[in-house]
Amino acid sequence: MRREAIIAVNRFGLGAAPGELAAAASDPRGWLAAQILKPVPDHPAFAELAASSETLKEYPRWIASLRMARGDASATMRADGQPTVRGIEQNFRDFFGPGMLKEVGARLAAGASTPAPFHERLALFWANHFTVSAEKPVIFAVVGSFEREAIRPYVGGTFVDMLVASSKHPAMILYLDNNLSVKPGFTGPPNAGANAPRLTGLNENLAREILELHTLGVNGGYTQADVTTFARVLTGWTVGGPANPGFAFISRRHDAGPKTILGKTYTQDGMAQGEAVLRDLAAHPATATHIATKLARHFIADQPPPAAIERIARAFRESGGHLPTVYAALLDSPEAWDAPLAKLKSPVEYIVSCLRALPAAREAKPQALFFTLREMGQRPFFAPSPQGWPDTSAAWAGADGLWKRIEWAGTLAARAGSRIDPLELARESYGDAVSEATRLAISRAESRQQGLALWLASPEFQRR
Amino acid sequence: MTTRRDALKVLGGLAASATLPRLGLAALPGSERRLVFVFLRGGLDGLSAVPAYGDPDFVAKRGELAIAPPGTAGGALKLDDFFGLSPYLGEMHKLYEARELAVLHAVASPYRERSHFDGQNLLENGTLKPFGRDAGWLSVALAEAAGASGVALGPSIPLLLRGPASVTSWSPSALPTPDLDLLERLAQLYRDDPLLAKPLAAARHAQGMMEGNDARAMGGGAQSVAALAKAAGTFLAKPDGPRVATIDFGGWDSHANQIGEYSPLTRNLRLLDRAVMTLKSSLGPVWKHTAVLIVTEFGRTVAINGSRGTDHGTAGVAFVAGGVVPGGRVIADWPGLSDRTLHEGRDLRPTLDLRALLKAALVAQLGLTEAPLETKVFPESRGVPPLEGLFA
Repeated sequence: MRREAIIAVNRFGLGAAPGELAAAASDPRGWLAAQILKPVPDHPAFAELAASSETLKEYPRWIASLRMARGDASATMRADGQPTVRGIEQNFRDFFGPGMLKEVGARLAAGASTPAPFHERLALFWANHFTVSAEKPVIFAVVGSFEREAIRPYVGGTFVDMLVASSKHPAMILYLDNNLSVKPGFTGPPNAGANAPRLTGLNENLAREILELHTLGVNGGYTQADVTTFARVLTGWTVGGPANPGFAFISRRHDAGPKTILGKTYTQDGMAQGEAVLRDLAAHPATATHIATKLARHFIADQPPPAAIERIARAFRESGGHLPTVYAALLDSPEAWDAPLAKLKSPVEYIVSCLRALPAAREAKPQALFFTLREMGQRPFFAPSPQGWPDTSAAWAGADGLWKRIEWAGTLAARAGSRIDPLELARESYGDAVSEATRLAISRAESRQQGLALWLASPEFQRR
Repeated sequence: MTTRRDALKVLGGLAASATLPRLGLAALPGSERRLVFVFLRGGLDGLSAVPAYGDPDFVAKRGELAIAPPGTAGGALKLDDFFGLSPYLGEMHKLYEARELAVLHAVASPYRERSHFDGQNLLENGTLKPFGRDAGWLSVALAEAAGASGVALGPSIPLLLRGPASVTSWSPSALPTPDLDLLERLAQLYRDDPLLAKPLAAARHAQGMMEGNDARAMGGGAQSVAALAKAAGTFLAKPDGPRVATIDFGGWDSHANQIGEYSPLTRNLRLLDRAVMTLKSSLGPVWKHTAVLIVTEFGRTVAINGSRGTDHGTAGVAFVAGGVVPGGRVIADWPGLSDRTLHEGRDLRPTLDLRALLKAALVAQLGLTEAPLETKVFPESRGVPPLEGLFA
């Protein structure tokens, strides 16, 4: 039972906050299941964050301020948010940067203090599954609200609802260029001002990534023709102008008429056609296997056990993608409870687990944490591609990444001073899973600070 | 309509293998030889980087994306009578004129689908399948070259360099350096750890080599390509340093608005141009023993898409630069851009297997022989011999 608690708190959670291991000890699986069944109130910091509809309305205001500042009437953003004048990108970050840092701060604060860390891990898992990244400048302003609007409300819901919410969210549409995809031969006026690009046809980016990354998976049996046809289905799915800065369906851009995808013909009109395709994709057995594989890789092992994948996939198929049922199958997988410390923490998981273990460290400025995570190779909200962050130990075990974690452990320990008893802290987080070698190293440290640095950089604490 | 043969003629005999100087393979695999692999992730648009302005279908197919011929305003920089170089690659053009940079066109890995992630994975693992193995061909190659090690510039190590070889990684940091005593104790603590022991030793070695180097403090943090290029030069210039460096450079997925002074593609091309020059100056005298490979996972569609960008394609462009490169030439068996010749009616058709270039680099720079190359490094690649004459 003790071992199950260690696994519940570290593998499925975000590392033990003070007293958490003890709290989970009597019924570790029940402790996890309860986090899914009972909705978790948002962290108070979330209340201060702007909705995507508000930030998208900020665009015109920002453009106006830019013109004022530069006396440059030509300064503008194009429809895809790319700058047209040198330096706009920097200005854009200056303008929207504080809001994004608030998002980073709120997300890390939520992770550091949540009483439902399994729920938080799932939110981060799904946000990574449906990656939108501020590597594309326009996304900078809406990457946090995407997670709060399209991911978090659906973590305890159904997969199809999350898929539809993600596919219609302005952040996803802008990130994967669907606002620029119009029916072939389209000649209508652009709706975003004189500098907007002339749109003349398909852009298959969103259609491809929904098939490859969000639903079926790359070996899910679709063809280039399916990608192209799905792109035609999704034409017209775009983002409204400043007066209506949310999802918009513009029928004159839409390529109407029956279309066949994966052998099935869709005859719906307008937006309903895309929704019907998304529903079928969500219910496709390849999607169940794809999601099950990713969940098992994330929570169990880099090489996910086939039995666990099949158990989770079956739950997905039989429940129609009801996510709490899917999570229950994950928790029912004996493979998940075999041995603690199976995977290396990602930088975000590592930093958050440090903050949970050391409440005093939660005072750190979001900006400092943001830069530290950047240097560790996981700048929050800046995933390198639509595939999201890697999810294997090997990807995070490089020399430089390890070096940065040690630098951070040393810094944090120096700040904590001698208030913390590192051996006590180790026992409170990893119980019996603390090795004799680590225990000995901590007890022989020259100071409590050094002992704490050794614990935070130890092989155990770097794993979950 | 131009046939392939006509295109060859246009190129004036073409610098294809038939007319290349026979410099011989593996002439001097001395240990002073260095190799830099720059991975442009996201799919560089080859026809934007190296426009085939001489192709009769170029303008019609590319539409607004067609870069004007050399000698016109905003036009390409001249490579020969058929190919130009992006006007944003001015430094690389100087290298071309100094015969230290060669261009390979219509080149592709064996991957024929259009997923970035599978395409990158296959290109890195060296097999014929995405996720074909958990090691990168460059790591396998380093392990074959006794005593050679590699360095990945960036906070994480790409699959390319994961595997049997001894590899370190480095990127700038603003955090305070840990004290020596803590590091010694951690080295003890990690001694038997399969995941942490080697990386810590490698990190300490890398930190030692970078001591006092101002790349540590260069702006832009771990993402700055120029800082990484400078650091790569520093590492490789050490006589006892790594012989191979990799630089990951993402953001090439130009689905929309890829033209104009301030497009992301333009910005990236300029950064690449600067990074190559930074690397050269940081390498100093070692540049003359160095080969730099600049490669992407696939090219992009030949035709402009509906939003002034290009979608995922097949063949594209690769660059080789450095003192060991007999440059100033474009190596291409040009397939043409007419509908009839395009791959699946949309992409530039591959006529050169990227592995021929990679193998040639490993022969010249690491002294590998064909036996391990065609079985271990790039399994099942006997039919793809190293490209002759690419390196001196």
